[in-house]
Formats: sequence, structure tokens, C-alpha cells
Amino acid sequence: MQRQVALIKQSLFDQGYLDEQFIELEELQDDANPNFVEEVATLYFKDSARLISNIEQALERGSFDFNRLDNYMHQFKGSSTSIGASKVKTECTMFREYCRVGNAEGWQDRRGPRRLHVGPSNTGTDQ
Amino acid sequence: MLNPGQGRGPDPGVAGGSSNSDPFPAGLRVLVVDDDPTCLMILERMLRTCLYRVTKCNRAEIALSLLRKNKNGFDIVISDVHMPDMDGFKLLEHVGLEMDLPVIMMSADDSKAVVLKGVTHGAVDYLIKPVRIEALKNIWQHVVRKKRNEWNVSEHSGSVEETGQREDGDNNSSSANNEGSWRGSRKRKEEEVDEQGGDDKEDTSSLKKPRVVWSVELHQQFVAAVNQLGVDKAVPKKILEMMNVPGLTRENVASHLQKYRIYLRRLGGVSQHQGNMNHSFMTGQDPSFGPLSTLNGFDLQALAAAGQLPAQSLAHLQAAGLARPPSLSKPGMSVDQRSIFSFENPKIRHGQMMNSGGGGNKQMNLLHGVPMGMEPRQFTGGGQMRVQQQQQQLSGGRAVGQNVQSSGMMMPVGGGPSMLQQQQQVMLSSSVPRRSETSSSSRVLPAAATTQSVVFNNFSSELPRNSFPLASAPGISVSYQEEVNSSDAKGGAGFGNPSYDIFNDYPQQHNNNNDWDLQNIGMVFNSHQDTTTASAAFSSSSSTQRQRAEHVQNHHQQQQLPSQSLNHMNGGGSVRVKSERVAETVTCPPATTLFQEQYNQEDLMSALLKQEGLPLVDNEFDFDGYSFDNIPV
Repeated sequence: MQRQVALIKQSLFDQGYLDEQFIELEELQDDANPNFVEEVATLYFKDSARLISNIEQALERGSFDFNRLDNYMHQFKGSSTSIGASKVKTECTMFREYCRVGNAEGWQDRRGPRRLHVGPSNTGTDQ
Repeated sequence: MLNPGQGRGPDPGVAGGSSNSDPFPAGLRVLVVDDDPTCLMILERMLRTCLYRVTKCNRAEIALSLLRKNKNGFDIVISDVHMPDMDGFKLLEHVGLEMDLPVIMMSADDSKAVVLKGVTHGAVDYLIKPVRIEALKNIWQHVVRKKRNEWNVSEHSGSVEETGQREDGDNNSSSANNEGSWRGSRKRKEEEVDEQGGDDKEDTSSLKKPRVVWSVELHQQFVAAVNQLGVDKAVPKKILEMMNVPGLTRENVASHLQKYRIYLRRLGGVSQHQGNMNHSFMTGQDPSFGPLSTLNGFDLQALAAAGQLPAQSLAHLQAAGLARPPSLSKPGMSVDQRSIFSFENPKIRHGQMMNSGGGGNKQMNLLHGVPMGMEPRQFTGGGQMRVQQQQQQLSGGRAVGQNVQSSGMMMPVGGGPSMLQQQQQVMLSSSVPRRSETSSSSRVLPAAATTQSVVFNNFSSELPRNSFPLASAPGISVSYQEEVNSSDAKGGAGFGNPSYDIFNDYPQQHNNNNDWDLQNIGMVFNSHQDTTTASAAFSSSSSTQRQRAEHVQNHHQQQQLPSQSLNHMNGGGSVRVKSERVAETVTCPPATTLFQEQYNQEDLMSALLKQEGLPLVDNEFDFDGYSFDNIPV
């Protein structure tokens, strides 16, 4: 079981979903805070789910409020970088680029793949 | 002497012998503010690992209230830049001014512009997310550095003061001695700090002085004293004596002076030298103001003659207003409107301004340099403000353009009234850009730009007539009204049309708050050049203005400058703008609020100011006189 978790985790790193920041977080975990990573990850997913739904709402409207989208994306990017979700961060950056130039279609292509990134199974407590 | 790695396990690499006995920086009390809960949790964990005592909060207002409630409860603050309820830079300013704590900014945004903004706003450091624990391990250095600087500054100031009092012949030796002794003590301090073992902690503790809270009144007193002495020549010892506040040490004053200067510098813009803001402004603006001054017809000279304020104080007021929260106590400043004017005039080197235009210009320049946000607050002396306002009006366009690098001086120097308008526009545009930075008071500026210019035109003609003491603030609100209408109601501004009735009221107000007005106005002018234009706009209504002018004259300062009153009005507007702008520019700490308070009771401006969200500082001015009810909205 643990091996499976380790394998999954490793694959996430290999695919670029996670980066060294995640390792930093793991190092913060110790006996006094055994579930730190899990707590942070849970918090991250909850918060990012909220952000994503905000973003989707903003996107559904006829005219795109790029400023607001940019704000959401900035928040999302901040969370993602802190937790080490590098791919998400990259997507966010690209999304913001699209917003900056006012390209409404560009991000749509990326929307799909991005959603896959944020899955609760990404990070599990590693023992 | 630190054992940053303690939390994470054995750290054999600790150098020096103090590793065991010196707990510092463990126990450092950190307040971390971030709206992102993920980041907040991670940061807290990291900081705890560094053995710091962490308090986290996700809202800037909560953080501020926490800080205010526990004045000495924290050593350092870490704040995110982008927060929904308050801009991180604004929080930074508040903290710096009120609590004098080192603040570290952080963000996922690593663009140079934002980092530079952090620097100019006085952040001691800027961290890029993702924040690594190594970066957090060393934040204690900022605490130590700040304390040492305070210590050094106070010492240095003392030595400087002492030297200054001696003759030249002795100066060198004495200064050398002082310096030597200062350096020696400093070295001693360094040695102590470097010492290992428990000494460090003790030394560090000795560095810790009970935190002085620079309340609005205290700051007003400070600014008044600084202005009286002259920003360039103000030394902590003399300031301390002038303030005459029991329990205040020279070190407190010295460190506050340092911050104040930084604030002034920032407000003044690139061209302004902090100490020479007043002067530099004036010189810089001279050419441009020349025409303005004539246009405005402000009789600054008259003001100057009337005013008894030393130029310095006026300048200081302006600077003070701009730089910091202000709260110049009225009594402290005792800036008479008249005196302010006189002060301004002499200060204003630009000949043009001198008489009506010239003085104004100078004012404006000064104002310009002064951080917009702060000005309103700082100028406790209403009188100053007025003068400034007037000046601003004159140089409104110009000053604004100069300082604000917004649209540049649109106004051609030549057209009197039109100039005002233009200036306003410039101001507006200038202020607009500024404002846009800060979320708060942008409302006024953007729209105001256009409206104001219009207003100004009207006003300019009126200007000479009105002797509105800093009433400009009211004027500003009026002008803002226009802006509001166009742009987006500034919130309280209901003034849909530039109703110059405000001016009438305004002068009254100013009378009450002469001191404050003067001060504020000065401040406001700088930042709110727009307001000046606005005020000008207000004065457009000739009849009302006239009444006001007279009214103002009577009230406010019994000044002899009718034209100046108009100027005031402008200044008021600009003042307001400034206050608003202050709010915008994160740096509007208390000064702004102070300013706001002045007006909030009365008119739109205050409403606007309030909207700014600046904490209302105790207002010594009560604008009973003004009733902006007349202003048609």
C-alpha cells in the first residue's frame, strides 16, 4: 500500500505535477505534525475548488471580465506554487497571459487538461 | 547566534559559541497576513519550525487591529501583496507609520514593478512565492537592523545636533568627537550583538525600546515641530524639545523622522529630495507655475505677509502631511493661516508664485512632493492647507503633472483660468494614475480629471475672489462631484455639479481649523491637485464663491487674500484629492484620515475620504462652520 502511494507520488513528480516545493512541505512534517502535508493538501483542494468554480462562473458569462479572471488566477497561482503544484502554476500563468491579451478562446483549450490536475488523489500522506 | 535549524533537527553547524545559550531569534513574534489559507498554513508551519511565535490572520483589517491592540506584541509582520480587503502596500504603510515594525511583503508576483513598489513603500524585504523556509530563517535580521538603526539615528542625531550648536571651529572636532563616540558606541553595540551566549539576547533586548505609538496627535505635533524647524534642519533633539511630550525619547523621534523622510521622499516622487521637497518643488515648478500664478491671481504674497507661519512649518506641514500620518496637533502647529501663507511665500522661491501665482506655485510644488495621502492628515493646520490649496490651484496642473507623472502638464502655462483647468486635469490625471494604484480613492481622480478641469475653469475666475481657507477641500469635494458624476460617484459625493456653495461652507470650516487646514491643505494640494482644480471648479459659481471668499476670509484667516481664498478652494479640492489619493496610495496613513475627518463632517470630500477607508484620525478641527448642505448634489 505504501509502495503504491510512493509510486503514485513519484509519477506525479515525474510528470511535472509536483515540484521541489512539495518536498519542502514534506520536510516540514515531523512527529509533532504528522499530518501536515495532508492538512495542507486538503486545504489547498478545498480552496482551489472554490477558486475554480469562481473562475468557471466568470467564464460562463458572455463577456469575460479579464481583470477578475486575472485576480482569481493570481490567487490560484499563489496557492499552487506554495504547495508545489507546478503544472497548475504553469497553467495559471498561461491563463493569465491569455487574459492579459484578452484571448478568450485560448484558455478554453487548456481548461480541460487543467481540471485534471487538481485531483484529491495527488497528494497523500506519505509514510 | 542563531540556530535556525533547531526546529528541524540537530544543527551542528552553528558557528560561534553562542549557539547554545542564545535563543534569539527564537521567540520572534511574527504576524503573518495572507488571504490564501494554503499559504497561511504553510507559512505558519515554516515559521514555527524556525521557532518563531506565529500569529496568522487572513484579513488585513484584523491584522491591523491586532497590531493596534498589542502595540508591542509583535516584532515583525509578513504580508501578502494581493489581498481582497486591503492592498498589502497600504497595510505596509499603516504598520510602518503607526507601529514602526519591519514589514516583509510577499507575492507570487515577481515582476520588477511590484518589487519596486514594495521597496518604495518601505518594506524591508520582498519574498517571492513559493516561500522557502530558508528565506524565513533570516527575517530576524530585519528586526535587529531596524532597532540598530533607530539606536544609531538617535545617537547620530544627537551628535549632529551638538555639533551644530557649536562654532565652526569646534564643530569639526566636536562632531568628530561625537561621531567617534557614536561610532564607538555603535561598535560596542555591534560587538555586543555579535557576542555569543546570553549577551546577545540582552543586547537585543536593550535594543528594544518600548514602542512608541505615533498617534495622530503625536504625529501632528511631530510634523509641526519638523516644519517649524525645517525638514532639512530638523534634528530629533530639537523636535523633541518642541514637541514637549513626556516620555518621548529622542530615539523615538529620530526613527520617526527617518520614516517620515522616507515617506516624504516617496510622495515627492523621484525628483524630490526628501528634505528639500519644498524647495525642490518650488524650483522645479517655477517655470511652469509662472503663468499659473498670474492666472490664479492668488495673492500669495498677501498671504505670506499675513501669515505668520514660518515657511518651514508650512513646508513641513506639507511634507508631513504627505509623509505620514499626520496628525499634527493643531496646537502644536499653531499654524495660522496667515502665517502659513507668509511662510509659504518666503519659502516659495519662485518669484512667480509670490504674489498670487508664485506663492501658489510654490505651494503646489511643495504639495506635490508631499505624499498625497499623507498630506491631508498631516496638515493639522488648516491654514496651511489653504495656502497650499491656493497654490496648488495655481500650480495645480503643474504640480500634478510634475509629481504625478500622469499626463504631464497639460495645462499651458499661459491661460489663467484655463490653466487652472488644465492643471486640474493634469492633476486629475496625475492623481488618477496614482489613484488607480490604490484601490481606494481612485474614484475621484479618474473621472475627476475631466470634470475637474472644467470646474477649474470656473473656479479660476472665481479664485481671486474667494478667500477660502483651505476650504479647498470642500472645493474638492465639489469638483469631485463632477468627477463623481462622470466617473463614478465617489461615494459620498453627491455633488453632481460643482456646486460652489461648498466653498462658502468651506471657508467657515477652515476658520475653525485654521491650523489644520493650513497644514492639510498644503498636503492636500500635493496629492490632490485635482482637488485644487476641483475646488476651482467649485468656485466657479461666482456668487457663491464670492460669498465664500468673503466668508472664508472672515473666518478663516482673516486673511487678506481674497484671491487666495479661491486658491484655497482649489487647494481644498486638491486637498481632498490628496486625501483621497492618500488613501489610494497606500501610504495614506493617518494623515489621510486626519484630513478626511476634517471634511467628512462637512461634505462630500469627507465622505469620500471616509470611503477611502482611512481611519479617521482625531480631528482637531471641527468644521462647524461648514455646512455643505448647500451643495447641490
